Amino acid sequence: MLRIPCPFCGERDHSEFSYGGDGSIKYPPLDAPIGEWHEAVFQRKNIRGMQFETWQHLNGCRMWLIVERDTMSHEIRSVRPAHPGMAKALEGET
Amino acid sequence: MTRFSAWNVFKYGLAGQMGWQRQWRDPEPKPEYDVVIVGAGLHGLATACYLAKNHGLKNIAVLEKGWLGSGNAGRNTTIVRSNYMMPGNREFYEHALKLWENLSHDLNYNVMFSQRAHISLLHSPAAKDAAARRYNTMRLTGSDGELWDLETLKRNVPLLDYSQGARFPIIGAAVQKRAGTARHDAVAWGYARAADQLGVDIIQNCEVTSTTRKNGQIVSLETSRGSIGAKKVGFAVSGNSSRLWNMAGFQTLPIESHKLQAFVTEPLKPMLDQVVVFGVGGAHFYISQSNKGGMVFGGDLDWYKSYAQRGNLPIIQDVAECAMSILPCLGRVRLLRHWSGVVDMSMDGSPFICKTPLDNLYLNAGWNYGGFKASPASGWYFADLIANDRPHPIIANYNLNRFERGVNIDERGAGPDPKLHG
Repeated sequence: MLRIPCPFCGERDHSEFSYGGDGSIKYPPLDAPIGEWHEAVFQRKNIRGMQFETWQHLNGCRMWLIVERDTMSHEIRSVRPAHPGMAKALEGET
Repeated sequence: MTRFSAWNVFKYGLAGQMGWQRQWRDPEPKPEYDVVIVGAGLHGLATACYLAKNHGLKNIAVLEKGWLGSGNAGRNTTIVRSNYMMPGNREFYEHALKLWENLSHDLNYNVMFSQRAHISLLHSPAAKDAAARRYNTMRLTGSDGELWDLETLKRNVPLLDYSQGARFPIIGAAVQKRAGTARHDAVAWGYARAADQLGVDIIQNCEVTSTTRKNGQIVSLETSRGSIGAKKVGFAVSGNSSRLWNMAGFQTLPIESHKLQAFVTEPLKPMLDQVVVFGVGGAHFYISQSNKGGMVFGGDLDWYKSYAQRGNLPIIQDVAECAMSILPCLGRVRLLRHWSGVVDMSMDGSPFICKTPLDNLYLNAGWNYGGFKASPASGWYFADLIANDRPHPIIANYNLNRFERGVNIDERGAGPDPKLHG
């Protein structure tokens, strides 16, 4: 079981979360050429090692998170809210 | 090499089983080969075997970082079926099943292929309609498939939960009788032995660490056992395809690596004669009984990307719950072992057997859940591709640009999310 420290709820079992996917994808503008969309939707670096990925705390606060995790050792290095406004709000709190 | 035959088994039986030879050599790598296949799993070994056998090529090597068959060849649930419907998959998997049917004779090695039938349970009228469409498609394209009503199913598989209070009442089943199971290790060993007899060098403990390229071609592979020159190179390393792809100088593939678990219980007396598959809503479960009596079963992926060959606990619970939903008689049976393999999950659940931007590099990857059953045909068509430098029409769309062209082969209709193509 992975344990993910949710910035809103604290550390929880990963079974409370739903895995999104590669968190490093930047979606191009809607009118970008097809090749750029093809890259964003279908092509993956598929890193073995530290990567950014999205998780949703589905059975918790339901927030989307960016998790920095090692895909070989499963070590989690950092977790932050995916929404930049939320991230700022959290920073303001402390 | 001594052939396996009834006479030889008898003869060496009388001689205390002495006199059998090594099944394959352990050669030192030569400085250069005409074809180098990376990955001595089922796909790589089958490819090498058919390159020599079907295309008469000599001077072939298969490189393996561990021992042959040490990856997903030994980490599956050994199910063989061809109940695929999409054009592209349909013919391919049917050809694989036909190769399975004669594989033991073909390789002179008993792969213990047992055509015990593959039974997909149906739980709703909608599922029945979808199965009718799929299995009719199979029948119309030269395969076998039938729908069973509840009575036929009860007669054939009596131990399922047919009670009134069942959580998921069963209303029938879709059945492919020619499907079944095979002995996974024997397939790897059989292909290795056959390839070795045809002169293929299988080089184990030889990890590829980088490639040397010149003028859009791979010149040599740098390995833990030195530099090995290659006129043509084939990658067949599902699970780690992206890593090898990086070593060939490329960035991205339409693939994510996920792990898939499987389980075996303590041995039981014969109780299940077929492969039974249960899938409804979020549940996903497949089970068969091995020749040693263990119940072999599996379920979903672990739901997050990983290269670690170890499974997580929530899936063990999921799978156990599925087992109890359809086979409550397993309730007090103990798990003996569980294992996890790293699989290439592709963006549409279908594989790649294709040319690459490098002239002499060929790719075999993206096998999702389907690598074991596919291996004979995968080797067959990958060998054909490497020998003739053009894809056979059957694998015409198993290439890397099918997404850009909008010809996804998405059997489940799950969309471009690799983890959903289970």
